[in-house]
Amino acid sequence: MTAIAPNTTGRKLGLVIDLDTCVGCHACAVACKEWNDGGHMAPLTDEDPYGTEPFGVWFNRIHAFETQPTSGCGGGPATTRTLHFPRSCLHCEQPDCVTVCPTGASYKRAEDGIVLVDEDKCIGCKLCSWACPYGAREYDYNSGTMKKCTLCVDRIYNQNLPPAERQPACVMVCPTSARHFGDLGDADSGVSRLVAERGGVDLMPDLGYQPTNKYLPPRERRAAADAAPLADAPGGADIGQRLLGWVDRLLSR
Amino acid sequence: MHPAASVILFTVTSGMGYGLLALLAVLGSLGALPPDPGLGLAGLGVALALITAGLLASTFHLGHPERAWRALSQWRTSWLSREGVLAILSYPPALVFAGGWVLAGRTDGVFALAGWLTALLAVVTVCCTAMIYASLKPIPQWRNRWVMPGYVALALATGAVWLALLAGVFGVGRGPANAIAVLGLVVAALVKLAYWRHIETAAPIATAADAIGLGGVAQARLLERPHTEENYLQKEMGFRVARKHADRLRRFVLIGGFGLPLVLVVLASSVPAAVSVWLLALALAGTAIGALVERWLFFAQAKHTVTLYYGAATV
Repeated sequence: MTAIAPNTTGRKLGLVIDLDTCVGCHACAVACKEWNDGGHMAPLTDEDPYGTEPFGVWFNRIHAFETQPTSGCGGGPATTRTLHFPRSCLHCEQPDCVTVCPTGASYKRAEDGIVLVDEDKCIGCKLCSWACPYGAREYDYNSGTMKKCTLCVDRIYNQNLPPAERQPACVMVCPTSARHFGDLGDADSGVSRLVAERGGVDLMPDLGYQPTNKYLPPRERRAAADAAPLADAPGGADIGQRLLGWVDRLLSR
Repeated sequence: MHPAASVILFTVTSGMGYGLLALLAVLGSLGALPPDPGLGLAGLGVALALITAGLLASTFHLGHPERAWRALSQWRTSWLSREGVLAILSYPPALVFAGGWVLAGRTDGVFALAGWLTALLAVVTVCCTAMIYASLKPIPQWRNRWVMPGYVALALATGAVWLALLAGVFGVGRGPANAIAVLGLVVAALVKLAYWRHIETAAPIATAADAIGLGGVAQARLLERPHTEENYLQKEMGFRVARKHADRLRRFVLIGGFGLPLVLVVLASSVPAAVSVWLLALALAGTAIGALVERWLFFAQAKHTVTLYYGAATV
């Protein structure tokens, strides 16, 4: 049924992604591909993988943006920064990808809010991918069905995995711990507290999809004076003083 | 949005069929067209053939056409499902109306009732087709108030030119048929002009910064895509048409699709029947090609918010 069932448990499983610490290594995309190629929505078909035009299904893709604050430091190269942006399904509370589905193949689980596709019912009309503003769904031309992030539903409830590993593959692998998994419906959960502390945001909230996943915006840069060249710091060019100064700055951030 | 041939063919041919069906049903039920068996058989036959061909064409782009029956199940939420259900529901009254007209030579009484129901279902089915597009929030060129009028107007205009041709061929009801074709073409042209004006002047719904959650805080510009080759999202939703080509195609739609057929239908009203049929056939060809080009543009000029992640500044 494509009508959005009322959430019976209040649980809203999702991801919180820290844009401040993501270094754009693509490890999450690779781990996702590796796990899900044998997972719930397998396979994640690759066409011509070693040829001139490789083409394939991925649930997670990492974009790089150049950003500049619209106010504050006055712009210029000093405030420009590179931002790595991992993009995957946001498991929205108002997922139009589900309601537009004509067959009932797309559904949102009432118990935890995960949005899934029943591959046996999907007719491959692609309408759900048009209805998603975030590009979360990718069509598999080989199977003739739509595929998408499962939030590793086959890991997070998997009794065969040690409890510590019952997390999405992308979260497990992240070397900078920029990805966090948890229940965003529970205000006391670690992810909810993180969102509250860091001012987590929704992507394109005006469209009304109410994404479950949140993104933590990059932290403010150190003030310009704090970032002054080391030679100007007290102690001048003496190597010992410079090292101490560096340690001091690092620890006081 | 990628202009898929099967979807363009489907929406144009089924729209044409529903337009012709609705006009025949209304004019027949009103008694404005005499129940001439030749016109009834040809007109309703063409309408139902166009509708059926369109519906079949719509399954060609499916990954699993054999599961298409499942698409009738989710009419509570899905416009695509509603369209399928209404398309099927419109057949029984259309067949009753056609039976009355062709076999019994009657379009009154219970057959008129079937006719009104047929016309209603035909128009509502076209509205559902339009709503499939008009309900998609990520695509501002589709989610606006001019999309549904555009689909209905184009369906009625193309159907009306078909009706004018058939009325000319059978020499029945030429006057009202030609008048309706002229009216239909004028209205369709005006609605499309209003639609184009709207999509040119409407404010963007999102920026690249909004797409990454930094709207209002920072400006953002794509630095690097996640992958070297195009993926499904870019192939399906990243289609772009150059401005000068779009302008040229719009002029073609206005002149070849609406203007020229309009002149031909007017001319056809004042020349001998034998000549007028050829003029009307030419008018139909122009309208049909114009409608196909217009529908191609409807897709090609539609921008999806996912392109913000692949280099678009605004959508």
